[in-house]
Parts: sequence; structure tokens; C-alpha cells
Amino acid sequence: MSDLQIKKSSETYDVVIVGSGAGGGMAGYVLANAGVKVLMLEAGAYFDPQKDSQQLKFPWESPRRGAGTTRPFGDFDAAYGGWQLEGEPYTTKDNTDFQWFRSRMLGGKTNHWGRISLRMGPHDFKAKDGLTDDWPITYDEVKPYYDKVDRLIGIYGSKENLENEPDGIFMAPPKPRLNELFIKQGAQKAGVKVIPGRGAVLTEALPGNKDRSPCFYCGQCGRSCKIYGDFSASSCLVIPAVKTGNLKVITNAMVREVLTNKEGVATGVSYVNKEDMLEYQVNAKTVILGASAAESARILLNSRSEAHPGGLANSSGVVGRYLHDSTGSSAGGFLPQLLDRKRYNEDGAGSVHIYSPWWLDNKKLDFPRGYHIEYGGGLHMPSYGFGSGIQNMNGMVPGRDGKMKEAGGYGAGLKDDYRRFFGAQFGMAGRGTAIARYDNYCEIDPQVVDKYGIPVLRFHYKWAPDEIKQAKHMQETFQEIMHNMGAIYAGPQGADTNYGLEAPGKIIHEVGTVRMGDDPKKSALNKWCQAHDCKNLFVVDAAPFVQQGDKNATWTILALSMRTAEYILQERKKLNV
Amino acid sequence: MNRRDSLKALGLSTLSAGLLLEACKTDTTKTAETADTKTETAEAEPGRQPYEIERDKKLHADKFFTTAEMLTITVLGDIIIPKDEKSGSASDAKVPDFIEFIVKDIPEHQTPMRGGLRWLDVQCLNRYNKIFTDCTSAQQIELIDMIAYPKKAKPEMAQGVAFFNRMRDLTASGFFTTKMGFHDVGYVGNAPNKWTGVPPDILKQYGMENV
Repeated sequence: MSDLQIKKSSETYDVVIVGSGAGGGMAGYVLANAGVKVLMLEAGAYFDPQKDSQQLKFPWESPRRGAGTTRPFGDFDAAYGGWQLEGEPYTTKDNTDFQWFRSRMLGGKTNHWGRISLRMGPHDFKAKDGLTDDWPITYDEVKPYYDKVDRLIGIYGSKENLENEPDGIFMAPPKPRLNELFIKQGAQKAGVKVIPGRGAVLTEALPGNKDRSPCFYCGQCGRSCKIYGDFSASSCLVIPAVKTGNLKVITNAMVREVLTNKEGVATGVSYVNKEDMLEYQVNAKTVILGASAAESARILLNSRSEAHPGGLANSSGVVGRYLHDSTGSSAGGFLPQLLDRKRYNEDGAGSVHIYSPWWLDNKKLDFPRGYHIEYGGGLHMPSYGFGSGIQNMNGMVPGRDGKMKEAGGYGAGLKDDYRRFFGAQFGMAGRGTAIARYDNYCEIDPQVVDKYGIPVLRFHYKWAPDEIKQAKHMQETFQEIMHNMGAIYAGPQGADTNYGLEAPGKIIHEVGTVRMGDDPKKSALNKWCQAHDCKNLFVVDAAPFVQQGDKNATWTILALSMRTAEYILQERKKLNV
Repeated sequence: MNRRDSLKALGLSTLSAGLLLEACKTDTTKTAETADTKTETAEAEPGRQPYEIERDKKLHADKFFTTAEMLTITVLGDIIIPKDEKSGSASDAKVPDFIEFIVKDIPEHQTPMRGGLRWLDVQCLNRYNKIFTDCTSAQQIELIDMIAYPKKAKPEMAQGVAFFNRMRDLTASGFFTTKMGFHDVGYVGNAPNKWTGVPPDILKQYGMENV
């Protein structure tokens, strides 16, 4: 007999929040500032960018020179986590290749994300083609919250008056790097609109905020920022919320399930403390899940009871369904014009300097919806992989003597080539709308548990022709842009790779698993992200998304979470929750 | 201009400069003391997970390549990146030590590297009756010329080409991620600054003033 026991707390919190990323962090911030007593459970370690960021380290400070061996996005990247976590498996079926990225740390994936902060537009909430379900809310209903998020967190961008790419309250955007000017020129020649990026980076002082300082342009947002110059949920939401005295964080707390009483009302959550490996239960009047789209679905599906036999908030059977991640396909090359370019500090901001919002009319296309393009290139800091594959480049341009060189080589000539090519490369990546489909889902694997004994997720996800055709269009567009740039590049990715279409999950925009809707038979949450089946249960991550546009999810998570938190405050006043 | 003054000049607030100086304190001292390639074996490091620190310790303690293999790697590295008027050679930048570490860190490199080194020695034994490092420079170069140019290499040398491509990539990674490599390639970033766009003379050089 082991000494395993369940430690039950006698205290009852007003609210318990599961997860400390964009969704959980924003809900905690709003509620704690309103005087609500909040307990936040985070499955990973404590993380404060000011102390823990690897910002400004040089590659020689890493024995692997920044290689992504233990951290997929490089040794200095902020994320504690990756595509596979020791002892926390997930499975797939029907030959699905779904990749699930998890960050186990305070602030979650917001510590390392690209800070690209796009609002969804009116046609993303209610599509003109009628192909997908409408959201139960419109852009106009969410707009005030996007505005408040802009003011609270800070975002750069430019006013463009584009119908489905709504402007925000912007700080000045960073100017393009040299390579990006070539990209802009080439794209415009191809009829592709290019505008300044929109990023959650402070290019100016944030009015009324003394804890955060403006960007000093190291280009390392992925490492998280020691002076809080960019948005991480840790630095900008959770740590300030803790300072109110109303929010307590327990880290290394892996939530097992939401507890409910006989009436089916949520009473708290149970979790495993990863430090002492004991089981704990905490009580709360309201439960908020912000554990990430897939993890929140997992918790709900694992929260079975007599009142909720198919899992909590799942009388409709939609929990786990409609899983969708952005499409992604990319290309790159180098600009022979930029060989031997003059050196200067071109690190810039760590989010995109330019991008292309979706620019075409679908009536003339063989796929629905669209994609945006993110661009980059410049005199970036050398790291592991520097100069890789030079044999594919140095035979394609004349040497200093004007004669063509034999590809590859060694010696002084090769060494000089590394210098010549430095800063000449660029890349571009499409990020598009994937249709939310009932048949793409995660569910509880009936046979597999993780090391805490929690049943794990099993994924089933197939790309449809819509997404594959979209990737094909991306590849064709990239070819045209690169041709116009006068670049040297490889031919387009073809049908054998689905035109470079990344496996679902790879873009880390997975959403939709606990969808909102007005009809309780077809949705899990109402328009306030409140469970139809359980009034004191809310979901604030990307799980409530009905249909994602081509826009990255974070800004919408933040706006919806703020909206839900304010709704909870109103309902508390009315004593409804 | 010291770091504090340069931060002021950039218009960073006292607060941000203070935070940054505090945050970078350990790094700057380390940087100042550290030779090009020396990397700290970890104690409790902020922002590193315990398992990462443990893993690094173990990798540093392990040994993969034999002395003979390390010698071949050193010779090959310096053939790929020799000393010139601008900077030192691969071995001056301790590239062989980096390669020893990275094959332990990324085990996919192990068999191609070990097997590639062996392939090279067998080729030399067959041709010159000596292993690679015992060959004359002229013999070494004669062999390298057969594998360093993927497009003109003979089909029967394809395995050697694949090995040399990998060795070239690892040498470049190891060299250009050192202070010597940074200086060589002219990378001047990774320092607080204010980005105001591409300098005007460069915009003009490329005719990009109005883009």
C-alpha cells in the first residue's frame, strides 16, 4: 500500500484558473485587479523573463551554439517544452501526423511566440461564403476588447483601413530591413500588398505603465524580454496580477480534472503537484480553463461524472471536435545583389517588420478563404546552422573575380564565401485559414495514460483539398515574388509534399476544441465562453474559437478572455456565479 | 563609451537600463573572461531547466571521438577554414571541441561522422597506403578535391561528398559562432540600440529610397 492520498484544501477561492498563458493570464489579471480572490494553477515552472530570459547571450555561451536540441526553437528560446514531453505522451490514429507543442511554464507559449498580433476581421467572425458556422459574436462586439488589449499591452502597426484586417491602436512600426525592402518591391510587382507588421512589442513607452520599457531592438523576442519590452503573459499579466495580492500562483500543478457536485456544478479542480507527486483538490466558486485548446478539451473530457457522463460541458459531444491549426507553407532563397553588403546592426524588432494581409478575391480561386504572408531576412546573429548548405549557393553566383565557382569547396575561397553570403538570405511563410471540421478532433485515448495517470489525448486530423490547394497557391505566389526580387531560389514544393503544407499542429495555432455557439446541441460554450451545461465553468484559451481566420490566435484569445472576465465580474455582482 | 553611457545615448530609460544591466551582469563578466569557445558547465543557471543542466554535464563528461578521429577532424577543419589575413583557422577557434560536443548532443551526427572518417581513411589506404592524417598535404588535398565539389564528384565518391558536406557545415557552425567568427563575418548586433531603418547611404546604394 502506497502512502498516496488526496490533500483537500478547506479554503474556497472565488475563482480557480487553470493555465497562465494568454487566456488564463488575462482572466487572472482582470479578476485580480477587480478584487476577486484567484488561484492560478500552472503545469510548469515559474518563469520571469527579467531573470530567466536568455536574451543577449552569444552563441558561444551555449555549448551547442544555439542549436535546437533540447529546445525546438533554439537553445536560447524561452519555451520550456516542445513537441514531445518526457512522460506526457499523446497519440494519433488513422495515420494522423499531428504535432502538439506544449510550453510548461508561467506564461506558457506567450514567452516565445512571434508576437504577431492580428485582429480577426468582420468576415472571420461571420464568413461571406457560408461554408463554416458563424461565431455567436460579431467583430463589433469584440472590437472594444481588442481596443482595450491594444492599450493595455501595446502593439505596433499601421492604419490601413482594410475591411477584414481591422486597424488597432498602434505604436509606430519598425522600418523594414534591407532584404525586406527587396521583398516588398517584389511582392508589390506581383500584386501582393505589403504593409508594416503588427507586433506586441513596445516601440514607444506604454502610457501609465512603469514596469515595462520600450524595445531596444535585439530581435530576440523568442527568448522573452528582460525589460518586458514585448508581451509575455508572465511579465505583462500574471506577475502584475500577483502584485495585487489577489492572485496566487501554484506552479508545477498538473490538473487532472474539474470537480463537480451532484447537481453538476463545478466545485474546484484536482491536480498533481509535480514536486511532491501528491494529489490535491482545491475549491472554487468559479472554474476557468485556459490550459490551451487541446489541454482544456482533455481536462473536460477527463472530467466525467454522473451529471456529465460524456465529460464536462460535453452534452453536445463537440468537445475535442473542430480542432484546426493554421495552414503553413514556406520558401526562401538569397539575393545575389546583397553579396558583400555593408555591415550594420540590423537585428530590429523580434516580431515581423512587414507582412502581407490576404489580398485576393476567392471567386477567382479554387479554394476558400486565404492566408497572410510573414517575411524576414537580414544581418541576423550567426548561430548553429550558419552557412549550412553553402554548396547549394556558392556555385550559383560569380566569385569576386567575376568567374563562376564550382559549388562547395574548402579553404580561403570558401571562407570568403561565408562572408560574402552573410545577410543575403530571406524567407517567407504563408499562414492560412484551415476550415474547422467536425471530423478533425482530439479525444481521450482509451488505453494510454501519462506518468501522472491522466488519460492522454489521441488526435485525428486530415488536411482536405481546400487546405492543400491553398498551400499550392502559396508556393506559386512565393515563386512569383522571389522571381521579381531577382533572388536565387529553389523551385516550388510540389504535390509530393502537399506543396510544403506543414503537418497540422506545426504552426501552433491549434484552436476550436471547445467551441462557442448559441445552440447547446451544437456547441459547448455560450457567447461568453461559459459552458452551456455548467454555468460556473468558463474556457478562455483558443478552444472556444468557432472558426479561426488566417490571423494568429493570441490577440483574439486576449480579447475574448478579457471579455469573459468582465462578464464574470458582472455575473458575480448579480450573484449568478 | 561604456555600456551604461551607450544605453543612455540610446534613450533607454533609467529603469530599463538598470534592469538590463542587472540582468546582463553575469553574462558580461562571463563574456569578458571566456575564451572563444569555452562554455560554462552549468551550476544553477537562471532560465535553464534542471534536466538541461544535468544533460549538459553528462555530455561534457562523455567522450565520443578517439584521439585519432579528433586529429583527422582537426586537419579537415583547418583545410575547410584555414587561417587567412582576416582571422584564424577552425582549430584556432576550437572547432574540433565543438564538433566533439555537438555529435554527443545531436546523435544523428555520430554514425555519419564516425563512418565518414573511416571511409576517408580507407580511401587513403587504398590510394596512398596510409591513413588520411599520415598522408602528405598534397595527397590529402588530392583526396579532398574528389569529395569537396558535389557537382563534379564521381558517383563512386558520393558517400565522401555527403560526409564532407556535413563536415563543412559543422565546421562553419563551429567557427562562425565564436568571437573570432563574429569578427570575421562582421556581425555587429546583439547589443541594445535603436533601429531606425536601413542607413540612408545603403538605401541609396540599392536604389531603395522610395520603397
